[in-house]
Amino acid sequence: MSDFILRLDDVHTDIGQYHILHGITLDVPEGGVYVLLGRNGAGKTTTLRTIMGLWRARAGAIVFRHHDITALHTSDIARLGIAYVPENMGVFGRLTVEENMRLASTTGRFNDDRLGRVFALFPAMEKFWTKPAWSLSGGQKQMLAISRAIIERREMILIDEPTKGLAPAIIRAMIDAFREIAQETTILLVEQNFLFASSLGAGVSVIDDGRIAHSGEMSALAGDKALQTRLLSLSLDAHQ
Amino acid sequence: MTDTAIPSNPPADRARTGRMIVYGVAGLIGLALMFAPFLFPDVRSGQVAARICIFIVLAASYDLLIGYTGIVSFAHTMFFGLGAYGVAMALKGMGATWGAIALGGSAGVLAAIVLAVLIGVLSLRVKAIFFAMVTLAAASVMAVLASQLSDFTGGEDGIVYSAPKLFSPATKLLTTDDGKVAKLLGVSMNGKIAAYYFVFLSCLALFYVLNRIVRSPLGTVLEAIRENDLRAEAIGYRVVAYRTSVFVIAAVIAALAGAVWAVWLRYTGPETTFSFAIMIDILLMVVIGGMGTMVGAVIGVVIMNLAQFYLKDLMGAAAEATSAVPVLPQLLDPDRWLLWLGLLFILLVYFFPAGIAGTLMKKGSH
Amino acid sequence: MNASTLFARVGGVNALPVLLMIIALPLIGSYSSWVTLTVAGLAMGMMIFLMASGLSLVFGLMDVLNFGHSAFISFGAFIAASMLALMPGFVGSSSVALNFLALFTAIGVASLFGLVAGWFFERVIVKPVYRDHLRQILITIGALIVAEQIILATWGGNPVAVPRPAMLEGSFIIGDISIEIYRVFAFGLGLAVFIVLYLVLNRTRIGLLIRAGVEDREMVEALGFKIDRLFVGVFMVGSALAAMGGAMWAGYQGLISGALGGELMILVFIVVIIGGLGSIEGSLLGALLVGLLGNYVAFLFPKLSLASNMLLMMAILLWRPWGLRPALKL
Repeated sequence: MSDFILRLDDVHTDIGQYHILHGITLDVPEGGVYVLLGRNGAGKTTTLRTIMGLWRARAGAIVFRHHDITALHTSDIARLGIAYVPENMGVFGRLTVEENMRLASTTGRFNDDRLGRVFALFPAMEKFWTKPAWSLSGGQKQMLAISRAIIERREMILIDEPTKGLAPAIIRAMIDAFREIAQETTILLVEQNFLFASSLGAGVSVIDDGRIAHSGEMSALAGDKALQTRLLSLSLDAHQ
Repeated sequence: MTDTAIPSNPPADRARTGRMIVYGVAGLIGLALMFAPFLFPDVRSGQVAARICIFIVLAASYDLLIGYTGIVSFAHTMFFGLGAYGVAMALKGMGATWGAIALGGSAGVLAAIVLAVLIGVLSLRVKAIFFAMVTLAAASVMAVLASQLSDFTGGEDGIVYSAPKLFSPATKLLTTDDGKVAKLLGVSMNGKIAAYYFVFLSCLALFYVLNRIVRSPLGTVLEAIRENDLRAEAIGYRVVAYRTSVFVIAAVIAALAGAVWAVWLRYTGPETTFSFAIMIDILLMVVIGGMGTMVGAVIGVVIMNLAQFYLKDLMGAAAEATSAVPVLPQLLDPDRWLLWLGLLFILLVYFFPAGIAGTLMKKGSH
Repeated sequence: MNASTLFARVGGVNALPVLLMIIALPLIGSYSSWVTLTVAGLAMGMMIFLMASGLSLVFGLMDVLNFGHSAFISFGAFIAASMLALMPGFVGSSSVALNFLALFTAIGVASLFGLVAGWFFERVIVKPVYRDHLRQILITIGALIVAEQIILATWGGNPVAVPRPAMLEGSFIIGDISIEIYRVFAFGLGLAVFIVLYLVLNRTRIGLLIRAGVEDREMVEALGFKIDRLFVGVFMVGSALAAMGGAMWAGYQGLISGALGGELMILVFIVVIIGGLGSIEGSLLGALLVGLLGNYVAFLFPKLSLASNMLLMMAILLWRPWGLRPALKL
């Protein structure tokens, strides 16, 4: 029990009149990267948003460590140590890089050592420290969003498609960064890029039509092309 | 609510009963208006009946905006006023002819179209709330202009003029053998009757047009846009174009109602057309009656008119009864009837946002 | 260098009020009239800025348009008038200190009322209808109707005279130019409030949260902050500023009636639309433009004063549909 950091038990979520999640059951083990795969519209983003309390689960339970967070307010969920990097990155464009980072720190101050590690991972952050965030490139914005999530040690980071629209070189840099981040925290990663996902993830679940269609070891899925094709119709992505 | 595949019967029955009540009441109101000169022959009642006819059209055309399209405009009285002032200025300048009414009315309608297109194109692109602010600003500027450009509009005093001879009280529609005005059911068949039926029939026609519009394919598109404008846009509807055209249609109907109102009143001034109080009245009527129902407008208008009289009486009695208590008499003064109506309105929007007709017919709350 | 880079180099949209002043000078002809009108315009602009800034921030942060905002303006004006009337000794005294005490008590009580009433208004009226624009508009209009009736019931329907502290009566005379003291005071107070707001927004953590919240409410919550609490605070301050603006306006006019809130609200809306929603810099810019243009046009073409602001709004909407300096685009 205690080796799972986050458990979703038969979670149903509606958005307006649309029934999106039809009972997601998911156990995310403590430490490392856990990957959620699935086609567009399968319910991956909705799952993350439901965990964060940005959509409300209509039924089911979400347990983080020993806290039932199903009905908690988003800000209280965040205070438990869960950081969220949404698909649109959620960067405040009119604020500077520094101000963006300052908001993410609970006290409003920085730990020099920690900040140094962030700068080592993403040198662009230091370079553009006083620049408004809208002036960053897409990849740099993604780095800022991730920097915000790791400026303090979090229990868990939820990241929604960080590689979307990024150049291959930046994606490779991201892989290294994620490996390092995963040393100290648990990452729940939503991804469509199978190559990226399979190079990071230990465990994996596949969502289809608002349900978990498969859960298991990433290595098993990566080695079984037929299973990939059946679950994801992802074979094309896997070969690229 | 997509998963209510099998509707249980009792709610459906209740909705049917509710619909019967709503349409029954509206039908009775319609009949009462149709025979108003015979049912309520005194001058004051005739005035109230004509006012109700006009306001039903105004409220219903406003419902087309707020209820069917989700647009909140505060410029409805501006268009109403443009129609009224067009007719008033023409009747004053050209004399009491039918040509003056036609010309003034068309000029008013044309001005309404131009302004509606301009405001619509300028500000319907952005959010509904922005639009509400722009229309409010436009309407108040128009009201100030009407009271300041006194050379054309008569300023605060407004314009007094004559209506065509047919509508004059001295005109005999039917005569007895000895040349006097004939009486039908005890009511003199003079020009006042003609004027009332001019108002009644014009309003009936405009109300009919509005009902046709909301039941047409356009009405369906509007409902789709109101429910989810992004989706409607994605399906391929040009949302701004649709909203602007509805805004223009509502403006034209309001202007026509204003033209008819000007003919009936034989007086046009800022207080009877452009005033913000009228705008608020229309808003209250539509919301109380039930947004997005058309028939709600009929009920809302009648309720507001009744409330104006009876709430005042009630409050006068209450103020006297509480005259010993310190603050209460001031709050219960009949002139403060809007205070209580405002409170009722807030409660209504909280608990019955669908209004009277909407709640009875179970149209649901959006 | 093309026209737009030249425009940007002289300060861009921020230079518009100065541009307006320069254009007005030859049209008005007389230097002394121009100074008087410019001071009047700046003073009026600052008072309207007080009223508009809160509305703009509340809208920017929470997407809530409060049509009841004008009720705070009216209450501020009437409360200040009553407070001043309660202190005839201080108001009429030749002592500058007592004058100021009376004035700041009146403005302070009015603002305090705005603060408390703002809290009540937000919790009871606005909170239940977050994220439902139509009902927001309707409910705040209902509240506006009720508030106006309460004002009528309390202060009656007749205009109320506002006693003005003795030291603020009269004018500074420089050559043939006369400048009303009260206008200078109004401008100074407005400017001080702007500077404080600016510093709070740009130099404090609360300000950082507000600016972030204007851009992306959800992300601020996902970073662990309760935006609702922030919003109540902003709503209260916005209401207090509206009341303060109303109080200043009462002293400026000398005679106030129940219609005051509604009339000013039109200008406030125009200012917010011109300036762009969610930014106090935009509100200041819009307010100065409206104040200056209103005074210049009232002198040149007396009947077109309000219409000129309407035309200004239309022109700016055509040029920049989101206003001059918006913090957010809708």
